[in-house]
Amino acid sequence: MKSLAELAKIREETLKKVDIRKERKGTRIVVGMATCGISAGARPILTALLEEVNKRNLGDVEVTQTGCIGICQLEPIIEVYKEGEGKVTYVDMNAEKARRVIAEHIVNGKIVSEFTIGAYEK
Amino acid sequence: MELYRSHVLICGGTGCESSGATNIEEKFKVELKKHDLEKEVKLVKTGCFGLCEAGPIVIVYPEGSFYTQIKVEDIEKIVEEHLLKGRIVKDLLYQESVEEDMIKSIDEVGFYKKQMRVALRNCGLINPEVIDEYIAMDGYKALGKVLTEMTPEQVIEVVKGSGLRGRGGGGFPTGLKWQFTYASKGDQKYVACNADEGDPGAFMDRSVLEGDPHAVIEAMAIAGYAVGADQGYVYVRAEYPIAVNRLQIAIDEAKEYGLLGKDIFGTGFNFDLEVRLGAGAFVCGEETALLKSIEGQRGMPKPRPPFPAVKGLWDKPTLLNNVETYANIPQIILNGAEWFAGIGTEKSKGTKVFALGGKINNTGLLEIPMGTTLREVIFEIGGGIPNGKKFKSVQTGGPSGGCLKEEHLDTPIDYDNLVALGSMMGSGGMIVMDEDNCMVDIARFFLDFTVDESCGKCTPCREGTKRMLEILDKITEGNGTLDDLDRLESLAETIKSASLCGLGQTAPNPVLSTLQLFRDEYEAHVNDKKCPAGACQSLLQYFITDGCKGCTLCVKVCPVNCISGEVKKLHEIDQVECIKCGACVDKCPFNAIIKK
Repeated sequence: MKSLAELAKIREETLKKVDIRKERKGTRIVVGMATCGISAGARPILTALLEEVNKRNLGDVEVTQTGCIGICQLEPIIEVYKEGEGKVTYVDMNAEKARRVIAEHIVNGKIVSEFTIGAYEK
Repeated sequence: MELYRSHVLICGGTGCESSGATNIEEKFKVELKKHDLEKEVKLVKTGCFGLCEAGPIVIVYPEGSFYTQIKVEDIEKIVEEHLLKGRIVKDLLYQESVEEDMIKSIDEVGFYKKQMRVALRNCGLINPEVIDEYIAMDGYKALGKVLTEMTPEQVIEVVKGSGLRGRGGGGFPTGLKWQFTYASKGDQKYVACNADEGDPGAFMDRSVLEGDPHAVIEAMAIAGYAVGADQGYVYVRAEYPIAVNRLQIAIDEAKEYGLLGKDIFGTGFNFDLEVRLGAGAFVCGEETALLKSIEGQRGMPKPRPPFPAVKGLWDKPTLLNNVETYANIPQIILNGAEWFAGIGTEKSKGTKVFALGGKINNTGLLEIPMGTTLREVIFEIGGGIPNGKKFKSVQTGGPSGGCLKEEHLDTPIDYDNLVALGSMMGSGGMIVMDEDNCMVDIARFFLDFTVDESCGKCTPCREGTKRMLEILDKITEGNGTLDDLDRLESLAETIKSASLCGLGQTAPNPVLSTLQLFRDEYEAHVNDKKCPAGACQSLLQYFITDGCKGCTLCVKVCPVNCISGEVKKLHEIDQVECIKCGACVDKCPFNAIIKK
């Protein structure tokens, strides 16, 4: 270790790996992963979300799973809790759609209306 | 780089390790593989979480779910339900964290709520064997700051300004110690760390070394820079194998990263660190004896002055601090002296780690701001006394400390308050006693310990403590007289004033403080030949009451055949033959046998 910059680099890189253990604010993406969600294909979605978050270095985004959300026929479902925003529920998801949610909603702040439960019900 | 959606933290402190944490880790690996979760869920073995009572402990993030007393059989369920399907397994959570339908995370349960973690900040949060995780928690940032932005004088000023006092028990101002060592002239100086934690029931330093060894390494390098030393030694007892192992791994990692060694951060500062193992002699926690032991000689104290700051290791100026003291240093450098001085009481700044044990619900390790009351520690954090028993006393300071009574419970904990009450802060052992504990017996226990551990160099300690123990034995066997109490007191005063080192000077404290606060119990032993708490075997008698149904179970279990009686009739114990083993009490299905 010859410089403070080197130390700072290790710190930043590792922090991303461990800050899940700290209390933090930011966005939470929840994937419904009860039996219904899993059988409808929630796993590849979860993986896709993780990959995107990782690739884009979204340090304050937490991806987690939950049990049955209740409307099993619309699974796979993901829910996005963004700070200062209400909950947004996306239904009938797949990995591609999940990537778009990250790009448009999480990164650019524009809700992908066509995937939401509101759009589906119309 | 892999990003995981969930982290499973398994406590790897000595307590949880001994109750099966290793098997738990193995089983998690198997289960995660089975469900193909290895790339999503990360397993981390950490240091002590503190609530040892509830071990083995597993915490799952991001939820912060606090699973306690986990068995290998439970893991399948946790993986399947929680990690795969996202349903927290409520039955396995720490009882207090489930409240009706609410599930609380680890920071919200009573044991942790009142705590403030400075020295223990990374314990149970990072993997102590991975230096990157320590660096992520701002590790080695303080060392970088000190080496590139501050002069040694400035570092010492910050430590002085923080008001930090020695956490090993003495409470000497740390900054002053640093300044004395800095001011001593010498071609070679040393920095040493006292990790020879010897008080019965105390495990603060072990937990810091096991959970966050880099904090101590970083602090010692900072100290080396401040006082002008390029070599450090950590003196740790060989009975702490996990701590020794993790410390050595941490030192090797730091060397590999160039955070120890030559030309650290390219500043020209050199600092190297070595571990020295102690064989577990209590006296080696005394500073002069400890330094002798590091030199490879027999660990015996010598008179002070000269103090180690002037003539220490190999007669060179040496700075010696305790593990917990060091663990505070990087935080003080990063957050500033004012931050640290803002915590605690007027004369005792910062936080203190305590190892809580004895008759208490939450046995474990806790860190509180100075000035927290004993009542808060025992009844709020510690969860009170088990089995509905009544609180009697709390012992602080180990074999050098004393006992405190119910009326002292609202005293804010700091160095000076405890001394004023006849006890002391000590290194942080805190043993709670209930109505079943006999105070004479407790005093005898601690004195027995110091008699064993006296090194024998000076007569007052070697002979005096032995004589005191003989008198206490006499009292607990029912042969004491009132003169014995006076004799105890006068012996104690002599030993205190004439012993060479801290071991002897403080050895009579448990006796003196119990004599002062619980004299009535001593007198009951002497005058009435009774032990009010029912703990001293020799003073007890067992009786069979009218509740006896004549089932004859006690007759069968008695090892000396001293119980007689016919079937279905009241039995009787022969008091002369009875050896007071208590086997009959345990066996009696009607609770008809009592001791008094």
